[in-house]
Amino acid sequence: MKKDIILCGVGGQGILSIATIIGEAATEAGIYLKQAEVHGMSQRGGDVQSNLRLSTDPIWSDQIPTGEADVIISMEPMEALRYISYLRHDGIIVTSNKPFVNIPNYPDEAALKSELDTLPNVQLDIEAIAAELKSAKSANMVLLGMAAPYIGILTVEQLRKAVSVIFARKGDAVVEANLRAFDRGVEASKK
Amino acid sequence: MEKRLLLGDEAIALGAIHAGLSGVYAYPGTPSTEITEFIQTNKEAIERGVRSRWCTNEKTAMEAALGMSYCGKRALVCMKHVGMNVCADAFVNSAITGVNGGVVVLAADDPSMHSSQNEQDSRFYGKFAMIPIFEPSNQQEAYDMMSSAFELSERLKEPVLLRVVTRLAHSRAAVEVKKAADQNKLNPATDNAHWVLLPGNARRNYLDLIDKQNDMMKASCESSTNDIITINNSDKGKWIGIVACGIGYNYVREALNGIKDNEDNYMIMKLTQYPMPVEGIKQMAEVCSEILVVEDGQPVVEEEVKKLVDTSYKVEGRLTGRLPRTGELNPDNVSLGLGKENNPLFKPAKNLAGRPPQLCQGCGHRDVYTALGEVVKEYENARVFGDIGCYTLGALPPFKALASCVDMGASITMAKGAADAGLWPAIAVIGDSTFTHSGMTGLLDAVNDNSNVTIIISDNLTTGMTGGQDSAGLNKYEAICLGLGVDPDHVRVVVPLPKNMPEITQILREEINYKGVSVIIPRRECIQVAARHARERAKQNNK
Ligand SMILES: Cc1ncc(C[n+]2csc(CCOP(=O)(O)OP(=O)(O)O)c2C)c(N)n1
Ligand code: SF4
Repeated sequence: MKKDIILCGVGGQGILSIATIIGEAATEAGIYLKQAEVHGMSQRGGDVQSNLRLSTDPIWSDQIPTGEADVIISMEPMEALRYISYLRHDGIIVTSNKPFVNIPNYPDEAALKSELDTLPNVQLDIEAIAAELKSAKSANMVLLGMAAPYIGILTVEQLRKAVSVIFARKGDAVVEANLRAFDRGVEASKK
Repeated sequence: MEKRLLLGDEAIALGAIHAGLSGVYAYPGTPSTEITEFIQTNKEAIERGVRSRWCTNEKTAMEAALGMSYCGKRALVCMKHVGMNVCADAFVNSAITGVNGGVVVLAADDPSMHSSQNEQDSRFYGKFAMIPIFEPSNQQEAYDMMSSAFELSERLKEPVLLRVVTRLAHSRAAVEVKKAADQNKLNPATDNAHWVLLPGNARRNYLDLIDKQNDMMKASCESSTNDIITINNSDKGKWIGIVACGIGYNYVREALNGIKDNEDNYMIMKLTQYPMPVEGIKQMAEVCSEILVVEDGQPVVEEEVKKLVDTSYKVEGRLTGRLPRTGELNPDNVSLGLGKENNPLFKPAKNLAGRPPQLCQGCGHRDVYTALGEVVKEYENARVFGDIGCYTLGALPPFKALASCVDMGASITMAKGAADAGLWPAIAVIGDSTFTHSGMTGLLDAVNDNSNVTIIISDNLTTGMTGGQDSAGLNKYEAICLGLGVDPDHVRVVVPLPKNMPEITQILREEINYKGVSVIIPRRECIQVAARHARERAKQNNK
């Protein structure tokens, strides 16, 4: 089995920690993994993207070919559309529905939403959920929870465990906040 | 055996530490920065006392590494591809002196220019210097190659170039790691004739280097990572030759896995160590009806292969359009080059806009450009010559401030040349790290000529662009300018904050109107680095 995942968003939204967690889970599960990042100018509000390839067989290319991504996991709705040519026809987009507007020519939000709706997608206001949980910084974990059931090659439990491993060095309170956010994401994806 | 999930850059770093590295010498540059950062924070490296502080530029790095090698120890030099231009003098001549302890020069190329001003291919430099080049195809090879590169360097007594590209440098995979080897003992060279490049010595050394070319070729032919792989699909099909360099090999294998009902047969030369094994290519040409060269970067190998076969023989690659002439390889363009049909794709999105990088909100460079924008308007012919760093983003809206950005240090020297030509006001904007990297010598030229230039050293106390590394001239900028002979009345320091706008614009006007060299130093810490320092302090206090 193989799963190709594109992670995307805007610099500072926590895309790379999602990648780290999936990486940890994959390593622990003993499957093959390649994770390519583009983070040249990320800290300055540019777009960030990571290609994650998970497989039970050895993986050749670090980059995912177009039309082969099983899931696009995005912290931002327009960023999800940027990688649409990578999505398989039977793939899915899991995205935050909240635009991050830091450019003057951000597209019309209604048009953006209706375009997203022509594609296989799941959307959620992850920032609202994180705010509700009083942990705005864990919005990315809500998103990971939401995407967890679609990752397939790793179980939700395996991913959950990786969340606690990765945040462990930041102390119990941080681990718990992130697990709560992750669980809410998983729940939301069932609805 | 222990397995670790490592970036290509981290695999190189750990491979070097485990190969008995004594010192890394580097100047930051994407995508090579993480190598040195890994060594700086790695416990094993710290325990073993591996020297790892950032250098002022790539040339000082290369020369210091050569000094360590002179003493018998193993040294690594790391840089982005354009850094090779800066250290080229030392690099090319290190092949003439040869080395004592092993020297590996790591150049990280950036095809597609993700964060660079060109996509030059460092393999040209390796060929030019006539030394072996390694080009790993994956993270494991990157790790393993460090020890083979150091061994080869010490066996041949020549430096070795290790070339990677962005995609490998910045991609993670599991790597099996070995136990660390001991460092070499202090054992300074005694053969002065080899190290003193007077013409008489250099001529002899150069002949030595020519003699070693056969050994280099032999090493390539015997390399465990240079390989010939054959894929025999059907006896009916024709044979196609592929020379797949570095990570190009992965794209080839990915593509061939995806071609359905393929009757063609393939002979693939996986090329990860140069000089290219010439005999293997000649044999390939005898068996195969054509050869496709798949290489990331410029068509270095394609040109070499062409020279080995008849003019009528078909050699395909970037030069013939089978692969794109510019930009990085990817699984799609390599698939296309191999005749694989594309997957059906969703239509490109309509509601999409680019998200260009910007100066952070609250960045001091912003205040510098706001002030400069206001003052420059008042002078008809004013030109602001830019340089390389975060502040290059001042070229984009809303500031649109810069007339040029070429290479590190060029702001000061271009402003000087423009002033020589009669342009006024000629203004340069340069960052603190870029100033010590390559700006100081240009400033000396300007002082010696009493050029009518206004130089702004926008000092954010760090190397911001590449993630906030220590800046070599920290707290020394006024002293450097005075030492180079700038008139003390015309070295002015300001704090770039919106509330100081009247003062900053006033000083700018005064110094533009002064006929001679003036230096204005707006100084305020990069807010990203300031935030990091605050986090580190909080952590310290919690302990
Ligand atoms: C020869 C060369 N080496 C390294 C780089 C990578 N690089 C680009 S800008 C920069 C440093 C910028 O630091 P500074 O001048 O202090 O400006 P800041 O980014 O902090 O504003 C570096 C290392 C390069 N472009 N060229
Ligand atoms: S990283 Fe620092 S120097 Fe660069 S734009 Fe941000 S605040 Fe300015």
